[in-house]
Amino acid sequence: MLKVNNIDVFYGNIHALKGVSLEVNEGEIVTLIGANGAGKSTLLKTLSGLLKPKSGDITYQTKQIGGKPAQSIVKSGISQVPEGRRVFANMSVEENLELGAYLRKDRDGIKKDLANVFELFPRLNERRKQQSGTLSGGEQQMLAMGRALMAKPKLLLLDEPSMGLAPLIVKQIFEIIRMVNSQGTTVLLVEQNANMALSIADRAYVIETGKIVLSGTAKELQESEKVKEAYLGGV
Amino acid sequence: MEWLQQLVNGISLGSIYALIALGYTMVYGIIKLINFAHGDVFMLGAFIGFFAIARWDMGFFPALLLAMLLCAIIGVIIERVAYKRLRNATRIAALITAIGVSLLIEYTVIFFRGATPEAYPQIMAETSINFLGANISTKSLLILMVTIVLMLLLQFIVHKTKIGKAMRAVSHDADAARLMGINVDNTISATFAIGSALAGAAGVIFGFYYTRIDPLMGILPGLKAFVAAVLGGIGSIPGAMVGGLVLGVVESIVNAVGYSLWRDAAAFVILIFILIVKPSGIFGKNVREKV
Ligand SMILES: Nc1ncnc2c1ncn2[C@@H]1O[C@H](COP(=O)(O)OP(=O)(O)O)[C@@H](O)[C@H]1O
Ligand SMILES: [Mg+2]
Repeated sequence: MLKVNNIDVFYGNIHALKGVSLEVNEGEIVTLIGANGAGKSTLLKTLSGLLKPKSGDITYQTKQIGGKPAQSIVKSGISQVPEGRRVFANMSVEENLELGAYLRKDRDGIKKDLANVFELFPRLNERRKQQSGTLSGGEQQMLAMGRALMAKPKLLLLDEPSMGLAPLIVKQIFEIIRMVNSQGTTVLLVEQNANMALSIADRAYVIETGKIVLSGTAKELQESEKVKEAYLGGV
Repeated sequence: MEWLQQLVNGISLGSIYALIALGYTMVYGIIKLINFAHGDVFMLGAFIGFFAIARWDMGFFPALLLAMLLCAIIGVIIERVAYKRLRNATRIAALITAIGVSLLIEYTVIFFRGATPEAYPQIMAETSINFLGANISTKSLLILMVTIVLMLLLQFIVHKTKIGKAMRAVSHDADAARLMGINVDNTISATFAIGSALAGAAGVIFGFYYTRIDPLMGILPGLKAFVAAVLGGIGSIPGAMVGGLVLGVVESIVNAVGYSLWRDAAAFVILIFILIVKPSGIFGKNVREKV
């Protein structure tokens, strides 16, 4: 479904991604784990069209999307839940969700998806008129996920959804990711929380300083000595 | 009832400041640029209205709409030609460019028609109605009415329409807006179009009310509208409305108590005062945190 082939991405002369290749198949949950500063967010921003790769290509379904503007990427079915949630704090929960469906014209479909989002996140329904800046961190994460789902993505990119949240909320969020996936959305999940991520993923990649250093099924990586040492707290 | 009359004058003047201030504040809100050419768009609006009424025999409302439309187009051209390429430049570079655009517009107009003032044609008889002993000109009432309608329309656009929501989203977080599929460039252009249309309307209203227009007429009202925007809290739409009205009324009061020569200074005293006491302005939010 998504094939990233040997891309290089720079910030000025900082070489943030060095020949990264990765693949996501339809229906999978694929996770990309790595330490802070490894280049995870850079990869997701490039996939969403916020950054342009200097070389290499990105194929989604049959189209080349590397370097395409963000709106055309959203339109083709890729949505991102960005790191740090980035909800529109000056707007209500409902308005945030509406903006998620910005490019859609099918009113009935939007209504249905809104109901579906409220079913996944009943808290958002209770607070639909509330300014989203006043929500708790966990609620904002739910809102950011709901907002991305309102675009009706085929591929959902999640950037560290567990960041800064209490373990119980993290568990809930991961449960929902699994649920969204079982309803037919393919997921690329970026995490530092390798334990949690590997527990729900089908396959995984490990990134270090801009390079993919390991890949395999989630099970293989959970058992790999290297991953255990570096990412699973040496257990 | 001299006082009531002064108050009405102040509100009329204040609505003009408010209409100009809205453009400043919206543009600042979305690209953090103080668009110093904005006062000159106001001037162009006044001249377009003048030609529409005096040369092409249009009525007040058609002239107003024409000025708004052409100013919207001019605003978008200014943005696309001068500012767009400076999105990632330093603020000072953008500011200098804005001042350059301002001078360019002023002296282009002078080049083509000279600097002599023009008298706005009188299309409405000088009548006034008596209210609580004060004579309130029908012109003031018309201005007030037009301003109120435009402001309600703006509130509707910003809060209820798709483009308005996109504008608020982009001014809060442009990259997050891109992730929604919002076309940020078009949204910025729309902001310039709306702000410039309001300035154009203010220009026609100004000419209609004060009757004298000239190519440098945008400088002082432009600066004062900027003060009004800061007073209300730059970036805040209700702030620009309130800031403009407050400034207009203060000026009229200064005038009424006999210090008419100090009228123009009042705005700048207010600016200094607000920058010392509450730099974020009346409606200003405190600097928002970004993780
Ligand atoms: N806007 C930026 N400008 C310059 N360098 C950046 C920028 N964003 C990220 N980087 C650098 O790129 C590298 C990868 O960052 P990032 O993708 O955010 O890492 P991660 O998401 O894995 O924590 C880091 O070395 C970081 O310092
Ligand atoms: Mg990151």
